[in-house]
Amino acid sequence: MVLYLHELKRSRLSLIIWSLAVAYMLAICVFIYPEMGSQMDEMSAMFADMGAFTEAFGMDQVNFGEFLGFFSVECGEMMGIGGGIFAAIVGIGALAKEENDKTADFLLTHPIPRGNIVLSKLLSAVTQIVIFNAVIIGITAVSILAIGEEPSVKKLALIFLSYFILQLELAFICFALSAFMKKKAMGLGIGLSLGLYFVNIVSNITEEAEFLKFVTPYSYTETAYIMENESLEVKFLLIGAAVAAVCLFAAFKKYTSKDIAN
Amino acid sequence: MKIIETHGLTKFYGKSRGITDVDLCVEQGDFFGFIGPNGAGKSTLIRTLLGLIAPTSGSAEVFGLDIRKNRTEILSRIGFLPSETNFYSGMKVKDVIALSAKLRGKDCSKTAAELSERLELDLDKKIEKLSLGNRKKVGIVCALQHESELYILDEPTSGLDPLMQREFYDILRERNEKGATVFLSSHVLSEISRFCKSAAVIREGKILVSDTVEKLGHTGVKKVLLRGAESFGEFEGVRDVKREGDSVSFLYSGGAKQLLSELSAFVFNDMNVSDPELDEVFMHYYVKEDR
Repeated sequence: MVLYLHELKRSRLSLIIWSLAVAYMLAICVFIYPEMGSQMDEMSAMFADMGAFTEAFGMDQVNFGEFLGFFSVECGEMMGIGGGIFAAIVGIGALAKEENDKTADFLLTHPIPRGNIVLSKLLSAVTQIVIFNAVIIGITAVSILAIGEEPSVKKLALIFLSYFILQLELAFICFALSAFMKKKAMGLGIGLSLGLYFVNIVSNITEEAEFLKFVTPYSYTETAYIMENESLEVKFLLIGAAVAAVCLFAAFKKYTSKDIAN
Repeated sequence: MKIIETHGLTKFYGKSRGITDVDLCVEQGDFFGFIGPNGAGKSTLIRTLLGLIAPTSGSAEVFGLDIRKNRTEILSRIGFLPSETNFYSGMKVKDVIALSAKLRGKDCSKTAAELSERLELDLDKKIEKLSLGNRKKVGIVCALQHESELYILDEPTSGLDPLMQREFYDILRERNEKGATVFLSSHVLSEISRFCKSAAVIREGKILVSDTVEKLGHTGVKKVLLRGAESFGEFEGVRDVKREGDSVSFLYSGGAKQLLSELSAFVFNDMNVSDPELDEVFMHYYVKEDR
């Protein structure tokens, strides 16, 4: 508990900045919708006519004339990239930062089982992602009310949920990597989340690359599927859950027997 | 009762040597100095005892508990000062000290305040504004505030000014008199000879000797100084011959009678036979294998 709170306290500044920055971008997106709405007919035609680009961002399958169609694509990019990078940073630093900052000798010579340290840091990472989502959902909801739109709450909630699960998945993968590293590899985390994001785009473009959807957690956030079925795509989630379980197991296994060299 | 006991403890980092086949025993209530040049394996042994690194082979017990199976319990009864003291930047000194106490689940505020006053530690400063010596003091308070049974201190005095070193050793001696065991590593020979009851010398990962400081000092070796020596030649049992002006000094191991009869062959004005300083004994172990 002491360590969990200590972790949260140490990450509060980065949490505040990231939450507000992404929430701000989302709010701007929402606020430009009424302005664009009046020209939506032209816009829809244009967006639908951009070939591979249209497919890449899934714009062929959603209706831009509808608020949620617009929201899921425009705001989705923000949440996917911004939230993804945030989650990766939270995960990749969690364990490795003690060795990186040379504080491992201090922390690990206190009578706390290593497993508890991993658990505290994991819970702290999850808590940060929960708070991050609470802030962006709160601010986005207020923005939506402010422009007078009334989208389906269920669909909206599912969109947010899909991004939340995506972020958790990225954080868990990076958390596991963090257990194996002695340095805080920020670049690796950011690269990984952007890389997986582009893998998803590639998988959208051609049918031959569709198997890639099983590789990237960005497949959870397939808006067209969510809009049509009012649910998340379970087969991807199951794979994600398995990957997450393996990652967490590896993180515990590695960190509880890791040599902390000075 | 044995507080620390290791059996053939070995640690390799990949192929590079940490310690090899270390058998060490520290009794309860001892003030134990662990001495050796840089890179000899002092920190490796300490880190293995604390469970920061796992031994490649061999085993060790602290308080009679296996270091690998009872890591957490052992740590709860140890106060540890690392050789390089680093803390979370952005925190104040008092917050770090309080955090350390909380991580141990203890309230140590009274002892912490006492220690900080004796060490003249400014509690309201931020960690990153501290000098090396002051950071060391924070480490000392964290290691000593919970009054444990065993103190493991890795090069505790590096960075401390002489006044603070004395204060620090005073505190350690008080704790030792109350029954705590002190195990400290150092490469400052005079520290060990002044404060420790027992000592071990480590070199290139191996323990060369481990005994009470008193016995280490009485190795049967005598330091002989001849003044006004007009002639001198080495004979059996003589080593480390040094000449300064007309005086000759050397270390001699062997019987007194033989020494006198050998010396009668030379001409000199005055002679002085004494036990060598402990520093010299240690130095002897340091350089022995280079020859």
